[in-house]
Amino acid sequence: MLRDSNQIVLKNIYKNFGNVEALKDVSMSTNSGEINCILGDNGAGKSTLVNIVSGVFPPDKGEYRINNKAVAFLYPHEAISAGISTVYQNLAIIPIMNIYRNFFLGNEPLNNEYFKIIDKEFAIDTTIRELKKFDINIEDPKRSAGTLSGGERQILAIARALYFGAKILILDEPTSALGVKESNKVVEQIFLLKEQNINVILVSHNIDQAFMLGDKFFIIKNGEMVGHFDKLETSAKSLRTILEK
Amino acid sequence: MQGTKSYLQVSSEIGILAIGVALLMISGEFDLSIGSLIGFSSMSVTLLTVEASLSMPVASILTLIMVIFIGYCNGITVVKSGLPSFIITLGSLFMVRGVTIAVSKMVTGRTQLGGLEEAKGYNIMSSIFSNSLTISETDFPISIFWWMLFGVLGYFLLKHTQPGNWIFATGASQESAKLMGIPVQKVKISLFMLTAFCSWFIAVTQVTTFGGADVLRGEQKEFIAIIAAVIGGTLLTGGYGSIIGAMIGALIFGIVKQGIIFAGVDADWFQVFMGVMLVSAVLVNGTFRKKYAQG
Repeated sequence: MLRDSNQIVLKNIYKNFGNVEALKDVSMSTNSGEINCILGDNGAGKSTLVNIVSGVFPPDKGEYRINNKAVAFLYPHEAISAGISTVYQNLAIIPIMNIYRNFFLGNEPLNNEYFKIIDKEFAIDTTIRELKKFDINIEDPKRSAGTLSGGERQILAIARALYFGAKILILDEPTSALGVKESNKVVEQIFLLKEQNINVILVSHNIDQAFMLGDKFFIIKNGEMVGHFDKLETSAKSLRTILEK
Repeated sequence: MQGTKSYLQVSSEIGILAIGVALLMISGEFDLSIGSLIGFSSMSVTLLTVEASLSMPVASILTLIMVIFIGYCNGITVVKSGLPSFIITLGSLFMVRGVTIAVSKMVTGRTQLGGLEEAKGYNIMSSIFSNSLTISETDFPISIFWWMLFGVLGYFLLKHTQPGNWIFATGASQESAKLMGIPVQKVKISLFMLTAFCSWFIAVTQVTTFGGADVLRGEQKEFIAIIAAVIGGTLLTGGYGSIIGAMIGALIFGIVKQGIIFAGVDADWFQVFMGVMLVSAVLVNGTFRKKYAQG
């Protein structure tokens, strides 16, 4: 079977905010079936990089290619249509809305185009089915998403992104707000994304967890890419040394 | 039956406003200008009919266009400035009321106008807006049926349609909604236009009922509509609420308001009751939010 590589290439990216150089000459390349970790301290430029990849704003300078085609996203929805989805730590789901409404938020299935009536039966069945794929059994998708555990919320957002065709998935600190048990649940599911040929970009400052999960590691410091490594040529210890140097 | 009719009539006016207000509040915004818009619409329809000799349906449609435009201005100012709608629409409350009083004084020298009954097209308008239907020998004003119809439409919109889902999401978390591609600004602007429409509808009902206008019509209706929505379970912070709830809130308002009069109690106590109801409802709603939103 021919598989698309869902490759992302960034070359010599620059981004300034006023006088602050948020990114300086940053390059990276990631492929599908890999978990690519972006490591760095708070304020190092991780979020700026994520925002460029996910289309929140364009870079000032530099090249952004997907599957060898140059792209220039101005809005997140353009990136989403190109198969790039981002799961944000705090904004992933809306707790006060129910589970199936969260799952289909912004992409509601309609059974009447003219009156925009939501096909609830389809929405509910699909939500149950898709979450089951990620080992979450929901009996009643009409309960509010706030009743899900922290890990389940992250997984809901991941399941939703994949259901709507994400090939490149950016996970922004997916486990930083979670306890050990919840965290493990999420880690387990992220690991399985490799088998689905997804290009996973994991933003984290938990080095041990990232090293356990990742295939490639990109280290950002003060807006510069100070190193990138394959798993075989490095260790959690040496990553930490570089980060803390 | 006479008693039922009397409170349903009061409830229906507040109820129609409360439906629009509840939808807007669920999207996370307030509209304090609706009371002034009622005064504006009723004066505008009457002036255009009596002074400019337009037929009443034409005057009403012209007024509707103006009112919807004011609603649009409220909405666009709120979403573009990012300021609280409470403040923006408090501004429009005074601007619209002031313009209404000033213009009607300028044109007629008075703040109350009558004489609509003889106007062209009055009968058509009156049969749509202030007719009555006889049920077991009591005449029920048609506004009660409009209220029910709007209620069903509002309920359906909120619970079963895509725009309804967007209204909830916009109010619950504007940032999350934006990231999911929901046009939150459009949602809010449309709802400001909807509350303006509701004001117009009530104004036309009133001018056809009374045969004239008063610049002070609709005063404090903005607060009462908010109270009805809140008693019905709508959260002040947005993201949650129900149309049925807002309708029940309006119903309670009507029953108590008329009930106090029938019971021979001093009507001043009614205000006390409303205040107590509002505060209790907010407290209950707050507990609810804690329970579900943080999970």
